[in-house]
Amino acid sequence: MKNKKTDVSAGVLKTIGFKSTAGNKIITILIPILFFGICQMLVSYGVLGSLFEGLLVPLCFYIIMAVSLNLTVGILGELSLGHAGFMCVGAYVGGIFSFITQETITSPWIRFPLAILIGGLAAAIFGLLIGIPILRLSGDYLAIVTLAFGEIVKNIMQNIYLAKDINGLHFSFATAIDPAKLDMATKVDILKGPMALKGVPRDANLIVALVLVVITLIVILNLIDSRTGRAIMSIRDNRIAAESSGINITKYKLIVFGLSAFFAGVAGVLASHYNMVTEAKKFDYNTSILILVFVVLGGLGKMRGTIIATILLYALPELLRGLQSYRMLVYAIVLIVMMIVNNNPWFIEQRKRLKAFLFKNKKAEMEEN
Amino acid sequence: MFISYLLSGVSLGAIYALIALGYTMVYGIAKMLNFAHGDVIMVGGYVAFTLSVTLGGSAWVAIIGSIVFCTLVGIVIEKVAYKPLRSASKLAVLITAIGVSYFLQNLALLIFGSNSRNFQSLVSIPVISIGQATVPGETIVTIGVSILIVIGLMLFINKSKSGAAMLAVSEDRGAAELMGINVNKTISLTFAIGSGLAAIAGILMCSQYPMIGPYTGQMPGIKAFIAAVFGGIGSIPGAMIGGVVIGIIENLSKAYISSQLSDAITFVILILTLVIKPTGLFGKKLKEKV
Repeated sequence: MKNKKTDVSAGVLKTIGFKSTAGNKIITILIPILFFGICQMLVSYGVLGSLFEGLLVPLCFYIIMAVSLNLTVGILGELSLGHAGFMCVGAYVGGIFSFITQETITSPWIRFPLAILIGGLAAAIFGLLIGIPILRLSGDYLAIVTLAFGEIVKNIMQNIYLAKDINGLHFSFATAIDPAKLDMATKVDILKGPMALKGVPRDANLIVALVLVVITLIVILNLIDSRTGRAIMSIRDNRIAAESSGINITKYKLIVFGLSAFFAGVAGVLASHYNMVTEAKKFDYNTSILILVFVVLGGLGKMRGTIIATILLYALPELLRGLQSYRMLVYAIVLIVMMIVNNNPWFIEQRKRLKAFLFKNKKAEMEEN
Repeated sequence: MFISYLLSGVSLGAIYALIALGYTMVYGIAKMLNFAHGDVIMVGGYVAFTLSVTLGGSAWVAIIGSIVFCTLVGIVIEKVAYKPLRSASKLAVLITAIGVSYFLQNLALLIFGSNSRNFQSLVSIPVISIGQATVPGETIVTIGVSILIVIGLMLFINKSKSGAAMLAVSEDRGAAELMGINVNKTISLTFAIGSGLAAIAGILMCSQYPMIGPYTGQMPGIKAFIAAVFGGIGSIPGAMIGGVVIGIIENLSKAYISSQLSDAITFVILILTLVIKPTGLFGKKLKEKV
């Protein structure tokens, strides 16, 4: 079934005039660039208000989150419910790094890329860490472990106490730092348990965010199109067949979890360098589900669809404030209906019929011409 | 002090056990993780709240109304959302279940608002003191009700005809169908029983921790699932023991380690269980067939 779907989309592209996958990829990458370019233009001409301008960077990190989650859910075929946990790791690690080094590394052009790298790598390490239990698991159990993991990360982050003084850094877990150990005159609190992380330099802006979106897309699209990507998809389609063809499942699962966590971490760094306040409780199960909704509605394994779905589902309801209270309810209904329409045998049959019907009409038209 | 922590842990665990029974039965029979199960608890709590507080009904009206309503909700959810996906991939079913859970939460959010409401306890048994420890009536009722339910459920499954049908469907759905068992009806019955138990769990939980909000069911639902996994999914005594163990661990870690870390500790137990013994305490080992 999945193969047929890709055949259809490839066929459509061929008819429009794109034969190579490179062209295909370029279109996908151009969509966010064009979208944000047009938005920025409209904002600078005053067509769109500052409210909309404030949505653009968050939209960028949601796109990175959704695309990287689609790598796990759509390409590898394993449900991850703890994606926000990786974002949380990135946000905190990257944010703390920038906070500490903002006096020593004054140029944001050096500091921010370093923060991105460190935050992303920290999240990737967590991704590999969770990779160890998941190697024995799949399906429902894996989903619940990722959920548990996301909540553990959130809980840990809410229990860290970190302060800086003339003697260096002071760290404490679960209990506040002993004031006797601190030099009160030069003390700066970085993290105070459940309190939010504040004072991270605001290094992120729309250009930087857009560059990160493009880098994410280039890496993930090329990965999918490579030998590695095909190996990953073969695990999704039939694990046993893939294993007996000599594909190392452990290796590829770890690659996907590591990479997907890395980009979620990058999105987190972006978030903590854009938002004034970073709160661990924002990166909870519900955020993970929200991103999953973007991925499912955009199409599992379809990066372009994910980008469009994220833009539509994130930006539109934020603008139509009146719909705000119904938004989540509508998401839930759409999620259920989409799953049933895409997976129920009766609906699949009807869709095939409809397609055959439309296709026949087109053929008849062409013959007339 | 230790005794009272332990007892409230057991009573919390008894609630988890009731929820876990629903998870474990549905998982055993429909082979799916019903993510919305936790939210049925919340629905049960809200129905009891509406009947007793808003409409001023008696406790019994609230309890029975809530059980009946949740049973119907369970059957409707199964018919509308899960039945069309019987032959679909596990991923599709799981995402649908998450959708249902999201739907129930947001519906409650629209109807009752995001603020938690005060729930008036439906249990009217005074505090009992054993030695130095005082035990609230709710704790005793919770533990008693759970024990009765588990015994009743075991009898139902092992002695009645419908129970035998459930066991047959959980063992081999195809063969059960060939033997003339109505699989759809059996699955509906499972959802009905599970949801009815969730309603009871919801009422007991809200009586003990007198608050109810749209997300009340989420965390207990996840923890009850952990309990079901810990005890071995598909096993009824496993769900009971798993629930009690998780409840005790949670309460003791809240009391002696850190109240903020108690959730994390419960989740670590889940991960450890799955890494060390994925089949849980009482689970059967499943062999993968090619």
